Amino acid sequence: MSSQALVEIRDVNFAYGSRSILKGVNLTFPKGKVIAIMGGSGCGKTTLLRLIGGALKPSNGYVKVAGQVIHELDHDGLFRMRRRMGMLFQFGALFTDMSVYDNVAFQMREHTDLPEEIIRDLVLMKLNAVGLRGTHHLMPAELSGGMARRVALARTVALDPMLIMYDEPFTGLDPISLSVVGNLIRRLNDALGATSVVVTHDVQESLKIVDYIYFIADGVVVAEGTPAEISTSDKPFVHQFVHGEMDGPVPFHYPSSDYAQDLNLRSSR
Amino acid sequence: MERTTLDLWVGIFVVAGLAALAMLALKVGNLSTYNMSETYELQAYFSNIGGLKSQASIKSSGVLIGRVAQISLDSKRYEAKVTMMIDKRYQFPKDTFANILTSGLLGEQYIGLIPGGEEEFLKAGDEIKKTQSAVVLEDLIGKFLYSKAEDSK
Amino acid sequence: MIVVENIRSIGRRIVSTVWRTGYATRFFLLILFYSGVSFRRFHLIIKELFSSGVMSLIIILVAGMFVGMVLGLQGYETLKRYGSESALGSLVALSLVRELGPVLAALLFASRAGSAMTAEIGLMKATEQISAMEMMAINPIARVVAPRFWAGVISMPLLSALFSAMGIFGGYVVGVVLIGVDQGSFWSQMQAAVDFKYDILNGMIKSVVFGVAVTAIALFEGYDAPPTAEGVSGATTRTVVESSLAVLFLDFILTAFMFQGG
Repeated sequence: MSSQALVEIRDVNFAYGSRSILKGVNLTFPKGKVIAIMGGSGCGKTTLLRLIGGALKPSNGYVKVAGQVIHELDHDGLFRMRRRMGMLFQFGALFTDMSVYDNVAFQMREHTDLPEEIIRDLVLMKLNAVGLRGTHHLMPAELSGGMARRVALARTVALDPMLIMYDEPFTGLDPISLSVVGNLIRRLNDALGATSVVVTHDVQESLKIVDYIYFIADGVVVAEGTPAEISTSDKPFVHQFVHGEMDGPVPFHYPSSDYAQDLNLRSSR
Repeated sequence: MERTTLDLWVGIFVVAGLAALAMLALKVGNLSTYNMSETYELQAYFSNIGGLKSQASIKSSGVLIGRVAQISLDSKRYEAKVTMMIDKRYQFPKDTFANILTSGLLGEQYIGLIPGGEEEFLKAGDEIKKTQSAVVLEDLIGKFLYSKAEDSK
Repeated sequence: MIVVENIRSIGRRIVSTVWRTGYATRFFLLILFYSGVSFRRFHLIIKELFSSGVMSLIIILVAGMFVGMVLGLQGYETLKRYGSESALGSLVALSLVRELGPVLAALLFASRAGSAMTAEIGLMKATEQISAMEMMAINPIARVVAPRFWAGVISMPLLSALFSAMGIFGGYVVGVVLIGVDQGSFWSQMQAAVDFKYDILNGMIKSVVFGVAVTAIALFEGYDAPPTAEGVSGATTRTVVESSLAVLFLDFILTAFMFQGG
C-alpha cells in the first residue's frame, strides 16, 4: 500500500493560534485514484490542501508527497515540488488581467523555455480537453462561472502535474456545469495518470466520480470508504451528510440556553 | 497584437516625459546658458558680501561669464572668500576689479568684473586683489543721516 | 476598569503598529530583492507603465495646466503691487519645479494609480490569484509586486516633469497671452532664476523619492489587505491617506535638506 501511495498524511495536527483545526488526521492517497475529502463547512478540509501544498506547516505529524516530507523541504525544494502539483481554487482564481490563452500559457512561460509555437499548441490542446478551445481570446470576465472553472482546470493541468488538488470545485455551478466539471476531473485524472484530491461537500456528484471518500468532522476522520460503502453506511454522521438531513449528530441549533427561558416564558407550574 | 499598441502608448508617455524634462532643462532652466564646458577658478576676498549666494552670476559689461562656486569665511583674514568659476573663453587682466553689485534696487546680488589695463592675465587659482564689498543699505542710510546731521549744524 | 482597558488597547495598538512596520520593511526589502526578475523581463514593467503612467497622463496634464494658470493669475496680482510683473516667469517656474510639480503630481498619482494598485492587488488576493500563483511555484512578489513598484518609480519623475512643463505653459498662457506680460522678460527672468542642478534636478530627486514612497505604500496596503470587500476598500482609502501624508512629510524633509540657505 505505502509504496503505491502518492500522498501520506500521518497524525497531522494543526491549529490557527489557539483554535485547533486538525487533531491527528491520517489519510493515504494511492497513485492514480480520485479521492474526496468531505465534511461540513469549516472543518479543515481546505487547511488539509494547504498543508499538502506546503503553504502551512503542521504542528505535529507530517505530510509526505512522493516520498518527501513537505514541511522539511527548503524554499527551492518546495517550489520544485509545487511545479509537480496543480491546484484548482474555489472560484477558479483565473488571473483577471490576462486572456484565457495567457492564463493557460502562464506556467509554461514561467517554468519552461518552450518556444511560443509549442506553447500555443499545448495551450490549445489543454483548452480542447476541457472543451473551450474557442474561448482562448476571451478575458476571464467574459466567461460564465462554469466556463471559468473549466479554464482554470485547463490551467491547473497545464504542466501535467502528478497531483491535482481541487478546492470545492462544484461551488456555485448549475447542474449541467457541475456534472461537466465532475466528469472532467475523472477524465483528466485518468488521461494524465495523475492522482486527484477533491475537497467538497457536494456528496451526490462526488459519489459518482471518486474512488474513495474520507469524512472529516471536528478535526478527525470520522468515516471512510468507497462510494458504495459510504452510500449504504449506517453511521449517523455519514447518513445525515449523504442524505442532507436537517438534524442529527450535526445539530440544527447552535448551542444556546433554553428556548422557553430566552423568550421569558414562565411555566405555570 | 495588443502588445504593440501598448508599447506605443508607453513609448509616447516616456518620450513626452523626457521631452518635458528637456524643455525644463533648456527652456526654463539655465542649462543652455550654463553651458560653460570649460571653466577656471578665481578667488577674491571681500570684507562684506551682503546677500551674495553661491550660484550667483558673475558678469562683465552685463554679460554672464561665470558663477560663484563657493563662499566661506577666511578665519585668518576675517574676510569672505569667494570662489568663482569663470568661462575659459574669457581672460581678465591681473588688475581686474571685482564688485558686488545689485541688479535693480532690491534684486539679486551678483559680482561684476571690471577689467584693468595690465598686459598679464589672471591664471586659474589666482586671486583678484582689488575688490569692493557689497553696498549694505543700512550703512548707506546710516551714513546719509550722519552727514545730514553734520550739515545741519 | 475602563482606564485599564483603554491603556491596554493603546498598548495593543502600539505593538501592532510596530509589528506592521516591521512587516512593511520586510516586504519592501523583498521587492528590492526580487527586482532582478522584473528587469530581466522588462515587458512586465512596460505593461505596468501603461496602467500607472499612461493612464495618469490626462489628469496630470490637465491639473498641471490649471495649476500653472492659477499661479499666473495670482502671481501677477501680487507682483503687480511691487511693479515687478516681469518676474512672473521665475515665480511660476520656481514654484512648479521645486515644489508644486513633484508634490501635486505625487498626490494625484497616489489617488489615481496608487489606489488602483492597492485595489488590484487586494482583489487578486481576495480571489485567491496570489495563492494560485504561489501554488504554481511562482513568487507573487517577483511577478506581480516588483514590476508595479518599478513602473511607479519610473513614472513618477516623468509625470512630475510633464506636470511642471504643462504648468509653465499654463502660466505662460495666462501671463503672456491673456494679461500681456512681456514675453521676452517672462522667459529670460525664468532662465535667470531657475538653476538646472539646484532646482530641476532636486525637484526630480524629490519626485523619485515620492514615487518610491507612494508605490511602496500602495503595494503594501494591497498585499496586506484582508481578503474581503471591506478589507480591500479600507486598504484603498488607507493608501491614499498614508501616501499623501508621506509625500507631504518627505517633501518637508527633502526641502529642508536641499534648499537650506546656500
